[in-house]
Amino acid sequence: MDVLLQQILNGLILGSLYALVALGYTMVYGILELINFAHGEIVMLGALVSVTVLAALAAAGVPVALALPLALAAAMAVCVVAGVLVERVAYRPLRNAPRLAPLITAIGVSIVLQNLAMIVWGRQYLAFPPVLDIQIYELYGATVTNVQVLIVAVAGVTMGGLLLLVKRTRLGRAMRATAQNREVAGLMGVDVNRVIAATFAVGSALAAVAGLLIAAYYGIAHYNMGFMLGLKAFSAAVLGGIGNIPGALLGGLLLGVIESLGAGYIGDLTGGFLGSHYQDIFAFFILILVLIFRPSGLLGERVADRA
Amino acid sequence: MRSKLLIAMMLGAVCWAASAADTVKIGCVAPLTGPQAHLGKDIENGARLAVDTINATGPTMGGKPIQFELQVEDDQADPKTATVVAQKLVDEGAKGVVGHLNSGASIPASRIYSDNGVPQVSPASTAVAYTHQGFKTTFRLMANDSQQGKALGQYATKLGKRVAVVDDRTAYGQGLIDEVIKAVKAAGGEVVGREYTTDKSTDFTAILTSLKAKRPDVVVFGGMDPQAAPMVRQMRTLGMKTHYLGGDGMQSAEFIKLAGSAAEGAIGSSPGLPLEQMPGGADFTKRFGERFGKVQIYAPFSHDAAVVLLQAMLRAGSAEPNQYLPELANTRLEGVIGPIAFDDKGDLRDGPVTLYQVKAGKWQAVATIGGPRAK
Amino acid sequence: MISLLPQRLYSDPRIARVAFAALALLLLILPFLVEAGMGRTWVRILDFAMLYVMLALGLNIVVGYAGLLDLGYVAFYAVGAYFYAILASPQFGIHLPFWALLPMGAGIACLFGVLLGAPTLRLRGDYLAIVTLGFGEIIRIFLNNLNAPVNITNGPQGINMIDPVMLGGQSLTRPIDFFGAQISGAHAHYYLFLVMTLLVIFIAYRLQDSRIGRAWAAMREDEVAAEAMGIHIRNVKLLAFAMGATFGGLGGGLFAAFQGFVSPESFTLMESIMILCMVVLGGMGHIPGVILGAVLLTVLPELLRYIGPLQQELIGRVAVDPSDLRMLLFGIALVLVMVFRPQGLWPSKVRARELRTDNPDEVRQEQEALYDAER
Repeated sequence: MDVLLQQILNGLILGSLYALVALGYTMVYGILELINFAHGEIVMLGALVSVTVLAALAAAGVPVALALPLALAAAMAVCVVAGVLVERVAYRPLRNAPRLAPLITAIGVSIVLQNLAMIVWGRQYLAFPPVLDIQIYELYGATVTNVQVLIVAVAGVTMGGLLLLVKRTRLGRAMRATAQNREVAGLMGVDVNRVIAATFAVGSALAAVAGLLIAAYYGIAHYNMGFMLGLKAFSAAVLGGIGNIPGALLGGLLLGVIESLGAGYIGDLTGGFLGSHYQDIFAFFILILVLIFRPSGLLGERVADRA
Repeated sequence: MRSKLLIAMMLGAVCWAASAADTVKIGCVAPLTGPQAHLGKDIENGARLAVDTINATGPTMGGKPIQFELQVEDDQADPKTATVVAQKLVDEGAKGVVGHLNSGASIPASRIYSDNGVPQVSPASTAVAYTHQGFKTTFRLMANDSQQGKALGQYATKLGKRVAVVDDRTAYGQGLIDEVIKAVKAAGGEVVGREYTTDKSTDFTAILTSLKAKRPDVVVFGGMDPQAAPMVRQMRTLGMKTHYLGGDGMQSAEFIKLAGSAAEGAIGSSPGLPLEQMPGGADFTKRFGERFGKVQIYAPFSHDAAVVLLQAMLRAGSAEPNQYLPELANTRLEGVIGPIAFDDKGDLRDGPVTLYQVKAGKWQAVATIGGPRAK
Repeated sequence: MISLLPQRLYSDPRIARVAFAALALLLLILPFLVEAGMGRTWVRILDFAMLYVMLALGLNIVVGYAGLLDLGYVAFYAVGAYFYAILASPQFGIHLPFWALLPMGAGIACLFGVLLGAPTLRLRGDYLAIVTLGFGEIIRIFLNNLNAPVNITNGPQGINMIDPVMLGGQSLTRPIDFFGAQISGAHAHYYLFLVMTLLVIFIAYRLQDSRIGRAWAAMREDEVAAEAMGIHIRNVKLLAFAMGATFGGLGGGLFAAFQGFVSPESFTLMESIMILCMVVLGGMGHIPGVILGAVLLTVLPELLRYIGPLQQELIGRVAVDPSDLRMLLFGIALVLVMVFRPQGLWPSKVRARELRTDNPDEVRQEQEALYDAER
């Protein structure tokens, strides 16, 4: 029983990380109907920057309580700049282009970001400086650390904050208007370009937070870490209903738990025929199943086909 | 005017006669760019040291003075590139090859070398398949994964009878773990669980939790340090107090750096002896250090690979592969790395495997299995 | 301006005949020219270029003609390669002949094309891309892991020692005696690939100008209108996947026979993206453009390799690792092309009109849904 509990807990943590990244995807999609393939790379940037800054500060003797927020701020700054720049340079010129073009551009941007990171930070893995005091708690036979609790808390708080932003602020109203109908929103006095840039900025800031947490949790950061993560987070966003903020959280958590339980039990379930080496496929299978049977996702609205 | 011309002609003739020493070309292939570039460079430097040292002794072949030339190529650790540069070396007349580093590169390249009869001595490839293709031209100077897995499995069973294994589904990891399982069973241990991951994962909590439920004494991982490090960290936070063992992919400074305090007590194996324990180690370190700096890992092996090739040619009195191949196969040499002799497949006879443990944040050698100096 | 060849070439039959004859002669002697100019390694690179031309033309059918963004195309390549490898190697001890296996492999790939296309019929744009990507990854992971309980693909070690192509008892990897002259393996494979490539080009042209080709064009431009016009969208889409997959499988079989070794490492997502780049950068939907893209993107990375030694000579050290640059330049090229010239380097007039974003006649397309909600 404690094994099951532990697997579920593992899944919730993993899922919270997916959810944080999925929130970024969902925000951008909601407003631009564009899947920003490069979002996973922004997370990677956040992780690398925060690790580098934190290592430098820690080596200089700055206390953790100050170094950590500083590293986060640095990561957010870099990610926001990168995100807004990418939007301006690669996506804005293609706003009226046929569907294929922004898609391929997004792949190109993803490749560029990955390789720039590789050139700047090298190919070796970076270690998260051991500045965190890891406390392990026992919970009915399963173990949880304080970092893991923090991750779940941050995911929840972030979702709440985003909902607040979108539903209660002027910017949020502008975002919703732009998402519904870009031209009319422009007519109503919304500066569409700025709203879109702001959306990317918020999404990228979220990515920075996710990056820092991932680096802290796993202890390593690497130029290649964004890709698979991005794909899985995207699957989570689709699972929950793309464009839907609570959906991203739900989708992320669900995907994390399914992956965890799947990897843990699949060997026993299939009598050794399939094993945990098929773990990565779960995300894809879920994606395909969702897209075949319920493409709007769990919490999404059905989009009517234009005749 | 005429006398100056005469002198020039005489000088020219002398120069031409002096450079009339034939050159014999051997190839050296390793990844010189990319993430393993420092290891590839190490291989190149070791071979170069050997070639220059032998050249300085004024070798002769069939009564004529010869000089050996090293042609270095970059295979980028990629199978396709490896075949391209292998073809290039063969076409440009290399009579023997030191290389490659990765088994994934050595194996496809070996077919090209074999088709053209060019002997190949690998200083670093450990996959068993490399020498088991039925080619007469494949040799290696390092204990292969079979020998390494056997050593790991034996040592693991000494630490505890219930052994759990994880491999990363690469040719290296899976090959190693298959051998570990065989060795564990042969030593009377029990493989209580086998899980898999990939060479890009960072989250192992699911498979570790699953293994924890089977109460192993030892966990053996076949894979590289970027996976081994988070794995051992997650093991400790999950409260698993088992021993943690891994192969040479884990036995590196990177592992200690990435795993932090969780690395303490982890055990890694590495084929070959540690440099300090090699018979020619101290002397090699000095000679190598004067020219190239610090030895990474493979320089002693590539040095001896080149020596083995060149000595075989000199003993046979010919650089033609079909002439010196029998001499190569019968090599009996005291190299830097220790006694060198090949078995009928081209593997190093009695290749030693050393086990290291992380103590106080550093790898310390704790045992040597196999080899004439086994402790 | 769009078309690079003068109109006279198309309209005057005499000039066309002469141009054809010149092209045919050039293609016949190309490997010898290349070898004389740049060495035999480049002939091998030429062989790979032709392989990629075949693959790019296959993907062109899916992406260029039918407008379906397929990011998992490498799955069909892998299926073709592994099919050949499994049935013509020591893996199971079966050694079927090349001429039987190649069409069978293409046929199996065709089947897979239908299988993988079927779930995607309702999806468009980004969703289609991600799902096809997922399929590509799923195939690769299965190939990597299908070595237990029954060893079908030999897992991450890959399948080695694949039978080479046999022409009348003569293996193409060994040098062939041809009226006294020697033709190397790379040359022989060039001619084989040339014949196959010409066949593929021919089929591609016929498809483009057929009813199916027009149906694809209609579907690409406006799916709803096409359906209203009586085009059976489901069958047309499946046919696109099937034809594209067939070419992929053909390429895969040839690749397996050529390289003699297949492993899951050769069939990663990056390969899919690379082939997509070839189609997009060359000119989506335009056969000469796609061929240009494939040749360029195979040859340029090889040229990049010279930058390493070049830097060494100019500035004494390698400041930027050429293998680091390779993918970076691809990504930048991709972004630049899509932003400034989405029709590609050598587009057809029709596609140029379609894809240029500064076209004053164009009516802004309605944002299409990512999936078809009504079915």
